[in-house]
Amino acid sequence: MLKRRLIPVLNILDGSIVRSEDFKVHQNIGNVINQASRYNEWEVDELIYLDIGRKGTYAAGRSDHKVNTYVEIDKIIEQISKVCFMPLAFGGGIKTLRDVDLRIRHGADKVIINTEAFHNPSLITEIADKYGSQAVIISIDYRMIDSKPRVFTRFASEDTGMSLYDWVKRCEDLGAGEIFINAIDRDGKANGYDLETIQNTCDLTKIPTICCGGAGVLEDFVEVFEETNVSAVAAGNIFHFTERAYPRAKKLLKEENINVR
Amino acid sequence: MKVGIIKYEAGNLQSVLNALEYNHVDWGLIEKKSDFDNYSHLLLPGVGAFPSAMKQLLEKDFVGPILKHIQSGNPFLGICVGFQLLLDSSDEKVFTEGLGVIKGRVRNFKEHTEGLLVPHVGWNFSRQEKESHFHLNESFYFTHSCFCLCENKEDILATTEYGVHFVSAIERDNVVGFQFHPEKSHQYGLNLFKTFEGLKC
Repeated sequence: MLKRRLIPVLNILDGSIVRSEDFKVHQNIGNVINQASRYNEWEVDELIYLDIGRKGTYAAGRSDHKVNTYVEIDKIIEQISKVCFMPLAFGGGIKTLRDVDLRIRHGADKVIINTEAFHNPSLITEIADKYGSQAVIISIDYRMIDSKPRVFTRFASEDTGMSLYDWVKRCEDLGAGEIFINAIDRDGKANGYDLETIQNTCDLTKIPTICCGGAGVLEDFVEVFEETNVSAVAAGNIFHFTERAYPRAKKLLKEENINVR
Repeated sequence: MKVGIIKYEAGNLQSVLNALEYNHVDWGLIEKKSDFDNYSHLLLPGVGAFPSAMKQLLEKDFVGPILKHIQSGNPFLGICVGFQLLLDSSDEKVFTEGLGVIKGRVRNFKEHTEGLLVPHVGWNFSRQEKESHFHLNESFYFTHSCFCLCENKEDILATTEYGVHFVSAIERDNVVGFQFHPEKSHQYGLNLFKTFEGLKC
């Protein structure tokens, strides 16, 4: 039987891994490659990297880790993929098929598109045609407006006015392989997952849904797996700041009879 | 050199190379027909759709050397689409003939499962169906929209459940194929490359 996945999300900013809260606050956590090795040792199901740099280039990062700081995304991906033997998804700053080529050629298995997919939906189909649907994850940030989830782009700053569910359907039709939904209001807030929106999304698609945003304690993982049909649960901060959070979460999920690896 | 990686398709080749490096396997890339003679073991990776993958093998004139290698009895490993290509044909997108080394057909999950999410993405258990040097009774990482069914039971090395009971690994004489991605399956996956390298010619 297919196992349900628990996926750490790492935000890359200027060559370092950082913490995010409400899409704004950034706290440096450490060198990209060191973090990648740590997650490989935990044998995580999969890793998601989001490049949240606004500039599009990588300035020199921290130099106190005795590891070279790589300044280009292709070099970063190459180094990560040498120490990570699990599926790797990369997102952030992808605007063209050439951006996708670069990432996949250097070791990414999947790419994650957010803002550009919304403004240029044919890109989804182009990637799916070239690499297969399984290589395209569409990331959607949403905020609750009048109790309904609405899509926001450009690092959660732009209100598109579109319903999350309408956009999810459209992405599936265009060839997306997975949908990654992120509750903006819960980013870094540790108040649990948005169960209702997650289940509604699962109900209307035939492709896997990955949910993100809100994990504060390990029990939040149990709750979202139990209360929804979500294929995969993603989280960032909890894995960085809680001691051995990943292996402990897996142990807890197994004890609660959730079908995980 | 030992293991030749057949380069024929856009896709994430890097991960397979990383897994070989990790295992200290002596490898090289096969980019043209004359490169085939340099290797005792062949590895056919694969990301992408069956029709375009087969088309590229034909255009590069790689089908002949691949079949010749297999007939010579030297070890051959296919991964994902590289495994599917060993079969007679595939229904992915359009009906396409494969290499015909293993009797069987590739079918779409969408047409044979109901209510299941497609692609089949994630970790799933592969049940070993016969004795082998390869250890397969573990969970591996899968990502695919089509699955293989084989005609001859003796070719089946492992099977997996996802709506249907499909063939997740084959082994016949010197030919091995995995539907999952061993290069993306942590230690149990990485071990399979070591086992492949150790196969006698």
